[in-house]
Amino acid sequence: MIEFIAGKYNFWIAIILMMIGFYGVIAKGNLVKKIISMNIFQTAVFLFYISIAVVDGGTAPVLWDKNVPFDNPLPHVLILTAIVVSVATTAVALALIIRIYKDYGTIEEDHIREIHTKRVTEARKNELC
Amino acid sequence: MNFVEHLHVLIVAIPLLAVPIIPLVGRLRLDFSWYFTFLALSLSFFMSLNLLMNVWGSGPVSYFLGGWRPPWGIEFHFDLLNSFVMVVTTFIAFVSVIYAKQSVANEISYDKIPAFYAVFVLFFVGLFGMIATGDIFNLYVFLEITSLAGYALIAAGKRRYAKMASFNYLILGTIAATFIVLGIGYLYMATGTLNMKDLAERLPEVYESRVVFTGLAFIIVGLLIKMAVFPLHLWLPDAYKYSPSVVSAAMAATSTKVAAYVMMRILFSIFKIEFNVIGIPITELFIYISSIGIIVGSVLAISQTNIKLMLAYSSIGQIGYIVLAAAMMNPVALSGGIIHILNHALMKGGLFFVVGAVAYKLGTEKISDFRGLGKRMPLSAFAFTIFSMSIVGVPLTVGFVSKWYLVTGAVASAHWYVIPVILLSSLLTAIYFGRIINLMYFSKKPDEGEIIRNEAPFGLVAPTLAVAGLCIFFGIAASVPIEIAAKAADALIGGGLWK
Amino acid sequence: MNENVIIRTVTQIMLPFIQIFGLYVIAHGEVGPGGGFQGGVILGASVILISLVLGKKEARKRLSMKWNDVFNSTGVLVYAGIGFICLFLGGSFLEYGVLPFGSAEKGNHLGMVGIEIGVGITVAAVMTTIFFEASEKDDD
Repeated sequence: MIEFIAGKYNFWIAIILMMIGFYGVIAKGNLVKKIISMNIFQTAVFLFYISIAVVDGGTAPVLWDKNVPFDNPLPHVLILTAIVVSVATTAVALALIIRIYKDYGTIEEDHIREIHTKRVTEARKNELC
Repeated sequence: MNFVEHLHVLIVAIPLLAVPIIPLVGRLRLDFSWYFTFLALSLSFFMSLNLLMNVWGSGPVSYFLGGWRPPWGIEFHFDLLNSFVMVVTTFIAFVSVIYAKQSVANEISYDKIPAFYAVFVLFFVGLFGMIATGDIFNLYVFLEITSLAGYALIAAGKRRYAKMASFNYLILGTIAATFIVLGIGYLYMATGTLNMKDLAERLPEVYESRVVFTGLAFIIVGLLIKMAVFPLHLWLPDAYKYSPSVVSAAMAATSTKVAAYVMMRILFSIFKIEFNVIGIPITELFIYISSIGIIVGSVLAISQTNIKLMLAYSSIGQIGYIVLAAAMMNPVALSGGIIHILNHALMKGGLFFVVGAVAYKLGTEKISDFRGLGKRMPLSAFAFTIFSMSIVGVPLTVGFVSKWYLVTGAVASAHWYVIPVILLSSLLTAIYFGRIINLMYFSKKPDEGEIIRNEAPFGLVAPTLAVAGLCIFFGIAASVPIEIAAKAADALIGGGLWK
Repeated sequence: MNENVIIRTVTQIMLPFIQIFGLYVIAHGEVGPGGGFQGGVILGASVILISLVLGKKEARKRLSMKWNDVFNSTGVLVYAGIGFICLFLGGSFLEYGVLPFGSAEKGNHLGMVGIEIGVGITVAAVMTTIFFEASEKDDD
């Protein structure tokens, strides 16, 4: 049992972090907090990738000396791409939040929804009159 | 240099090259940005037609990016299945860019038009890449390109809530993409390769491993979110409702369908069909959720008062057909599903085109405002009627063809309980489209005077009518797509896609 | 705009070093850690630093809106352009080996440098664009 937990600690950490992020995305009403949680969620997956690249006794995969064992560089490269994607996603999300804040004056999801329903019902009323 | 050999990569590369050029030429003159968009996307369309003919004649082709051979390099792999989907997607891109000219000028503010077109092309670049790639991590990258462009396109909608709709999609889409990349990580851990063909060869040795199960489960959940299959569809209605009309048309016609193609590719050609039977009963589960999704989507569509929302819920029902076809795992039903990718793209794209034309002229999206449209905008109303008959599944339209294959497929593999689902949903579809046709042609307000004819401009009507014509054409001359789809389905089920 | 003399002076002195370090990271991307993304971010950060310390007007004077937009596009064009040049020289898309630098090894090496430069330009321009767009208070 202890072997099962301690021997695979990298997966445990990745999954726990991921679930923390996932919880935040679902439970938090503040849009910025949602984005932060989303970043934790993504970072957990990045950590998972990096941890599967490790080779016992390996060094960084920079080949100055070709006789030393080195880590698998492929996941590192993949994650570099994924990090860039995640930065782009965060940038788009923050830009959207700025626009939402300008329109609604709040970044709490509940308030935005309230304002939205109020506007929709008002628009309907005006049409009926 | 031999251009023909490189045509396959140019389908993706030319629009990609156009993306940075469009805002630059847009700075010189605003019109140029549209011309470049049109040029890039139409070139892609004609090249993909050429590709389909090549693949039909001489079998699958591969292209090694940078000359690096797989499994080390990234490979573009084209077989019948994805060349077919590529033609469908490039065609929708081609038609919607023609439609876009007047629609975008009306809906997007003047100074943002070049940027809008650049993102619009980027959206399609991502989709083309997803279809073309033979490398599973590359698939994730293209998926994120198309999603990011999609978020920006939805947020370009005029109404205020568009930003919120886009944000909700962004959250769900990112979760989906992260699930997919985690699943890919599991598969890489088990096999040590990312090339799809290589994965298909190496996976059978590790089918017993729980790592592979988990990886597949993560990928499938991610794809289900992207496809908006019933319990995971929450992002879709708002996204379609608030985006500009050409974006709703292009998105509804392509993005969920491409995700469905990716699902077929992963279930049947990366994983072998035996895995699905012996391993976890994924396909059984798919049949249940897609059946529920078909019914629920249709019922929710009936209760809508906004036409775009109604079409969005109808899309949720329709994507259920494709999942259902894939889940029944027999060649007949699967070819029905592959044809439905074409058919649904035509029908839903066309319906959103009409809705955009109505919004252009009358500035409304309410179903009740469709009253008297048969007199006011006769051509659009006529096209709408054809599309809705097609979605209901009236014979001589494309919708009938795919439903026919779905039902015969269900009979062939003895999935009897699927047949009433399909019939019931056809009935429900007939209810909500029948209501609109009734409003358009046979209903008149008592106090209303003579209705003036006020048709949408030619630039909006022509592509709509062209798509409507194709709906009828492929309903009658159905043998062309069916032959391709049947051959692709056979290859998919038989695992012969890589040869 | 920051009134603190020390911060302003140190920024003025550090700026060229920061930018040269950014260029160094870009130029060494193909043989060591670093590359277009990292170097581009450092270059972009230098512009952001100008606007934080010396004010946005000063930053806009040094890198105008127009040039920023042009750089956004040129980086991608350099990348895709190298890909197409490889096509015209008879290789696959992005097959640097065929570039006319003598040997395939040399072509691979220098082609990669070209790609990194393209990526670096775009990333730097995009970082500044994101910063300026986000910090605009009174646009629509």
